[in-house]
Amino acid sequence: MAVSGRHVSLRDFDWLMLGVVLVIAALGVLQIYSTTADTRFAGAHHKQLFWILLGLVGFFLMSWFDYRQLLNFSPWVYFAVLLVLACTLLFGTEVMGARRWIRIGSFTMQISEFAKLAVILLLARFFNGPQEGNLSWPDVAKVGAVAGIPAFLIAVQPDLGTALTFVPIVMIVLFVAGLKLRYFAFMFLAGILAMPIAWQYMKPYQKERIATFLNPQQDPQRSGYQVLQSKIAVGSGQLWGKGMAQGTQTQLSFLPVPHTDFIFAAFAEEHGFLGVLFCLMLYFFLIIRLVQNAQMAPDTGGMFLILGFVGVLLFQFMVNVGMVVGHLPVTGIPLPLMSYGGSSALSVLLSLGLVNSVKMRRFVN
Amino acid sequence: MEFAQKENRFAESRMTLLQWSVAGIFLFFLVVFWRMQVLQSDYYSELADRNHIKTLPIHAPRGRILDRSGKVIAENIPTFSIIAQWSDREQVIEKSSELANGLGLNADDLIGLIKVSEKRAPYAPIVLREIADWKQVAFVESHRSEFPELDIVVAQSRVYPANGFASHMLGYVAQVSEKELENPKMKMLNPGDKIGKSGIERQYNAILQGVDGARRVAVNSRGVEVAVLDEISPIPGTDLRLTIDYDLQEVAETAFQAKVGAVVALDPRTGEVLALVSRPSFDPNAFIGGISQQAWNDLSAGPGNALLNRAIQAQLAPGSVYKILMAATALESGVIDESTTFYCPGSASFYGRSFQCWLRGGHGHVNVHQAIVNSCNVFFYNVGKNLGIDKMAEYSSRMGLGQETGIDLPNESTGIMPSPGWKERVFHEKWYPGETISVAIGQGALTVTPLQLAFSIGGIASGGLFPRPHLVADQIAPPGIRMARQTTPQPSLQDSTVAIVTNALYGVVNEGGTGGRARVPGLDIGGKTGSAQVVSNETARANQGSDNLRDTAWFVGVAPRRNPEIAVTVLYQGGEHGALAAPLAKEIIKAYFSKKAGSLPQIARKSDDSSEQIVARPALQGG
Repeated sequence: MAVSGRHVSLRDFDWLMLGVVLVIAALGVLQIYSTTADTRFAGAHHKQLFWILLGLVGFFLMSWFDYRQLLNFSPWVYFAVLLVLACTLLFGTEVMGARRWIRIGSFTMQISEFAKLAVILLLARFFNGPQEGNLSWPDVAKVGAVAGIPAFLIAVQPDLGTALTFVPIVMIVLFVAGLKLRYFAFMFLAGILAMPIAWQYMKPYQKERIATFLNPQQDPQRSGYQVLQSKIAVGSGQLWGKGMAQGTQTQLSFLPVPHTDFIFAAFAEEHGFLGVLFCLMLYFFLIIRLVQNAQMAPDTGGMFLILGFVGVLLFQFMVNVGMVVGHLPVTGIPLPLMSYGGSSALSVLLSLGLVNSVKMRRFVN
Repeated sequence: MEFAQKENRFAESRMTLLQWSVAGIFLFFLVVFWRMQVLQSDYYSELADRNHIKTLPIHAPRGRILDRSGKVIAENIPTFSIIAQWSDREQVIEKSSELANGLGLNADDLIGLIKVSEKRAPYAPIVLREIADWKQVAFVESHRSEFPELDIVVAQSRVYPANGFASHMLGYVAQVSEKELENPKMKMLNPGDKIGKSGIERQYNAILQGVDGARRVAVNSRGVEVAVLDEISPIPGTDLRLTIDYDLQEVAETAFQAKVGAVVALDPRTGEVLALVSRPSFDPNAFIGGISQQAWNDLSAGPGNALLNRAIQAQLAPGSVYKILMAATALESGVIDESTTFYCPGSASFYGRSFQCWLRGGHGHVNVHQAIVNSCNVFFYNVGKNLGIDKMAEYSSRMGLGQETGIDLPNESTGIMPSPGWKERVFHEKWYPGETISVAIGQGALTVTPLQLAFSIGGIASGGLFPRPHLVADQIAPPGIRMARQTTPQPSLQDSTVAIVTNALYGVVNEGGTGGRARVPGLDIGGKTGSAQVVSNETARANQGSDNLRDTAWFVGVAPRRNPEIAVTVLYQGGEHGALAAPLAKEIIKAYFSKKAGSLPQIARKSDDSSEQIVARPALQGG
């Protein structure tokens, strides 16, 4: 493997991807401003802007950083993350009944965001080098374990939503690595069979969310209420939207947490179907762009690195937007690049920086 | 470069498949958003409006009811009503047990309210709790986030005087019934609105009732109002000034205490009713928030029916008071004159039957003046026989009996002026001549209301002017309400007739007659007592002591005796003798003239002790 002899090509810097990312992030900041201006969260858009700028710095640093170095370090990163996750469980700050945050200075960091990065790096390293395109069961088991251990630690925090994010990483990696489609069918079946067992270990509020999703009329005041209000927000936005800061659902606080989990409902209410169409096209373009970058990666490590991020982004996007339109249960997964939240913004931008790092090193001398 | 290409080649087909999958996912979401935001946008928009737009009624205050000098009799006080939006009724049902607890209601009743409202027009808010106390208001305010369905609105609640003061005349307001809502005249009303159900409140509902306004407001998810979208101002009801004199009414109420019966005082010159009392009374305030079936039954059942306005609805034999009409009829038709006498031996026989005078020893030779003053029956038996029932009925009808006086109160009774034609029509039986003799002294099938007697005798004393009795001055008559005065343009009685009759009325009070207890030195008061049997003498003896079988006592007084300013009827049911009704009339007439002279004495308000009865029954002259 010719590790040396590759160089950084500024010509290959993915300005287009960065441009799309910045437009999406700008829409997010605007929407955060619109939904929080008159609330106790006023000024949240400034914080978000700060995190995005910080994330951009990270993006550029990551771009220049050789991702292969990271692949080499990845086992250490991985074990460090496991350690921190364990500490979070033991010493983390309890927020609304869940230990998820670890305090560093004045900011609270959600370490599980970085756990995904660590898993993706380790899996990319695992698949680095020439591949034949067929996987053995021990390979599948190893991949499962790499993702499964941190996923378990996060799930017991409890943060089921984030833990589930590891599933698409594993799936997309196995899919592209050439696992036969019938094995996916088998895993899907096993997953369904495992559900009743998983149910036993769920927290009451998690059970409730799933029960409400299956029967929204059952609990109109809580999670069912949230989903209903979200759907009303989306539908009442109509074609043109109610206008910036004009959404009655958003502004009169019928819509729950409109600047974080339900930001896309607020966006859909105030900017209508045309706004949604524009936004969906941006996300679509971003993800397709990532997949193309993966195709053009100089090595399989880089390719799987990008694919891991594709899995994370696609999954978060689907689960969040699916929740907003009432097609998936409420999980608390943010919409990447738009939802208010520092660690989410930072981790997405760092990840995309790594993607750019791969893209900039696509030519082999 | 080739190396890299080669290294990745194994994944190419999967990569393509991945891109198609991503495209599929986005297409799916696009379709979902298209469906919600374009195809179903009306549905979701309506839900969004329903979320944040509430329509809150602004209640129009009902017009106040004033006495003739503008003193307030019935007014409004602001109270709080707790309402829910019609569109929120399902949520209210879901939370009914917690809500009922906080609002001091029964959960089943609460659900019942909602169920009733389901049949009604949408968008009218459902009133869950009227006249909410501070605890219930505080409950709503402090549970805004749990029960955003609830709203507190200011309502105007009617307040009537205490102790049933003028209750029958005023009537009361209560929620409009479903049946009433079907009436096209009521189409501007919403379910839960209050309308007058009886008395003045009902008769002049159209004047008193205002038109409610409404506000459409935007609220947030905690039900807190954030903006007023638009507002329709309420139109307040118009104040209604009655002809009633508050002070006279109070004198009448106080004098009458806990007896059963009625008092009517009117000004025969104009027909203005000055006081109108019926007993037993009821508390109109109790009806406002709704009254239970049991409470209604207790009020309206039996002979003590408190809801009956005896002043215009009690139909009883007038007894000897009728002799005034008989005398006027006989003099007018020339059957007798001033000097005509009949001999009274204590009884007389007509058509093979003996008819008694109340004085066993007889009055001897009596003319019409003496016959009225001493209330001689035999004199009037003879007059009746000579007049005949047809003449009696004709003149009595002209003087107001057997028909409504036309007072502006609902459900006035007509009484009965019997005649052969009436008997044939109602009973399909022949008239017996002996019945004429009974009617001649105000017994038999003859019945009158207290108002009719004041109207009739006041009219006779006024020379035959019969202005329609009324409680509201004509000039404010709204369109559609009949107010025309039925005043005959010229006095219809001969001066001599009026002189003879009014002098006799004066004699009853001032010349040792049966109405001596109404005498006030210095006042020109005339009057006539009456005692009428409710049942036959035999039955009365068998049921001695039973109040409602005792004789009815009447007194009708006028002052001054000619062209009187005031005519008063006192009906004292179970009073046994008209002489016991006379002092009550005296109080009112005295108060009227005292007030006129500018010195109304302070009225000693006695407690409304229902156990109070007139126990002493001294020997009295006939009735």
